[in-house]
Amino acid sequence: MSFFLGHYAYWFIIGLLLIGFYAIIFKRNLVKQVIGLSIFQTSIILFWVASAVKWNATVPIYDPAFPLEETANYINPLPHTLMLTAIVVGVATLGVAFALLITIYKHYKTLDEEELIKEMKRW
Amino acid sequence: MVENAPVLIPVIYLAACLLIGLTRLRYRWLAYPMALAANVLASATALGILYHVTRYGSFNYYFGGWIPPIGIEYVIDPLSAFVLTVINIVAGLVLYHSLNVNRLELGRKVVPYYSVAMLLMLGLNGIVLTGDFFNLFVFLEISSLASYGLIAVGERGSAFAAFRYLILGTVGASFYLLGLGFLHLNTGSLNMADLAAIIPNLEFGKDPAIVIALVMMTVGICIKMAIFPLHGWLPDAYTLAPSTSSALIAPIGTKVASYILIRTLFFVYGVDLVSEGIPVTTILGWLSAIGIIYGSILAIAQSELKRMLAYSSIAQIGYIGLGISMANPLGFIGAVLHVLNHAFMKACLFLVAANLRTQMGHSDISRFDDSYRVKMPWTMAAFTTAAISMVGLPPLAGFFSKWYLALATIENSQWVFLAVILISSLLNAVYFFRVIEKVYMKSPSGVADGAGAGNDPAQFGSGEPTSSMVIPVLVFAAALLLIGIFNALIVTTLIQPMMPPGM
Repeated sequence: MSFFLGHYAYWFIIGLLLIGFYAIIFKRNLVKQVIGLSIFQTSIILFWVASAVKWNATVPIYDPAFPLEETANYINPLPHTLMLTAIVVGVATLGVAFALLITIYKHYKTLDEEELIKEMKRW
Repeated sequence: MVENAPVLIPVIYLAACLLIGLTRLRYRWLAYPMALAANVLASATALGILYHVTRYGSFNYYFGGWIPPIGIEYVIDPLSAFVLTVINIVAGLVLYHSLNVNRLELGRKVVPYYSVAMLLMLGLNGIVLTGDFFNLFVFLEISSLASYGLIAVGERGSAFAAFRYLILGTVGASFYLLGLGFLHLNTGSLNMADLAAIIPNLEFGKDPAIVIALVMMTVGICIKMAIFPLHGWLPDAYTLAPSTSSALIAPIGTKVASYILIRTLFFVYGVDLVSEGIPVTTILGWLSAIGIIYGSILAIAQSELKRMLAYSSIAQIGYIGLGISMANPLGFIGAVLHVLNHAFMKACLFLVAANLRTQMGHSDISRFDDSYRVKMPWTMAAFTTAAISMVGLPPLAGFFSKWYLALATIENSQWVFLAVILISSLLNAVYFFRVIEKVYMKSPSGVADGAGAGNDPAQFGSGEPTSSMVIPVLVFAAALLLIGIFNALIVTTLIQPMMPPGM
């Protein structure tokens, strides 16, 4: 039981990851696939952020009450800063994805994957 | 001076990317010369770095003077200098070739096209140079986003192909990031050299997180590299992309991904771990072997030249994967040599397809005949050279990488893989000689045998495109011959020094 409760953040992240993966693989609508992709990326970002947690530690801003030598007093700021970059990358990916979707819709008037595949074969 | 050279290459490309965007206001014709100039500068820098590394050994560049593992570093060792030189020179020739094709296929989109192409080169060079795993992720995404854009401007349907590539590529990058998260959680470092020192001290029996990290990162990289079951994005993307994009992305995009794989498996995790501790190389070897056969057979089934080349790319990537999976020095030499050879061969073949498309309006193999050889003698000579090199006949380059791979399989007593290499060479011969046979033997329809266009000297060379499109193709073909002849020199001076530790 403690295996589940003690790691509830990670279980939540795994659930999110699977939801995203499910949408990418099984959804026929391309917009839904992009939504799934976004959920997938978000779950990984949350995983990194969760990995920075320390119990009984404070935010990584210097406080004279906690000497810098005792790093256990501060949570790890590195994953957060790295994930800022990853979020930017994710946003850029979404932008490109939607730009492509607009182009696809202009050409084919549909965003249904199976219809598009049929269309591609016919052409 | 040379200490600062590595960082110059991304800076040149970034500056070119932004400046080319500006030319759109008034001086549109400047986009092409600027892209070319940026590439020439970067190639010269890369050659200088390669010379320096061969002569004086590896060196590092620390950003802002921060010493790693705290700061980010660029690592220039023989392997990265070699790949750096290869991708810049190949891209330079493809860009030189691109002027007329792009004008024809892209029209007014040419200026943003070159801008995005520079972004692609920025990303790929960054991947090769960096010594930091997270930095590598960022560059990976820069190059991937740029390549989605470059593919999507192609003919009808290319946007859908690019979209599927985007979904798969982003999933791959996310897997890589997830694996990296596990790695960072367990080691607290992202620097490659630092990680390589930490990982052997971990106990793998007690620490499955490292295994998961390795598997996730390998899967992610294999998607970018298009190893067999993860290749779904490749055929449509390469076929429907504009000719220049295919020639730019096919030779160097997947090669850089295989560079990441070599770097991760051998230089960070270590040879012993990936070949004995965790059976990553065994799985990679079998998948590559299946991919080689699968790609070759499907290539035979295609009637469109670019689609055939795309399937052949899956097979050729399989060779690199197979060389890596052998985890012995001969396999490593074979894989790295094949990175070089395949970059030149595929660039040459895709440029030939581009020439055919501009001059004949199509690249449908079933419509090829003798008159193509008469009208485009130089292009077809280059095609034949590259095709024979792909099949693997000495003294052309393709033979030697296959030779090293075959020796590697013999050394590991992997007879199935040896058979795969031999059978796939035959399959290569089938799908390339089919084209060559059409081009050299088949009389044009409506003309009796013996009275073909081949006997009409007036038509000789009449279908060749401008010299800026013929010269790069011929340079690639000549380079294949030179690489083949001087391959012993390349192996001893360039590839032997880059052998990973413990191999």
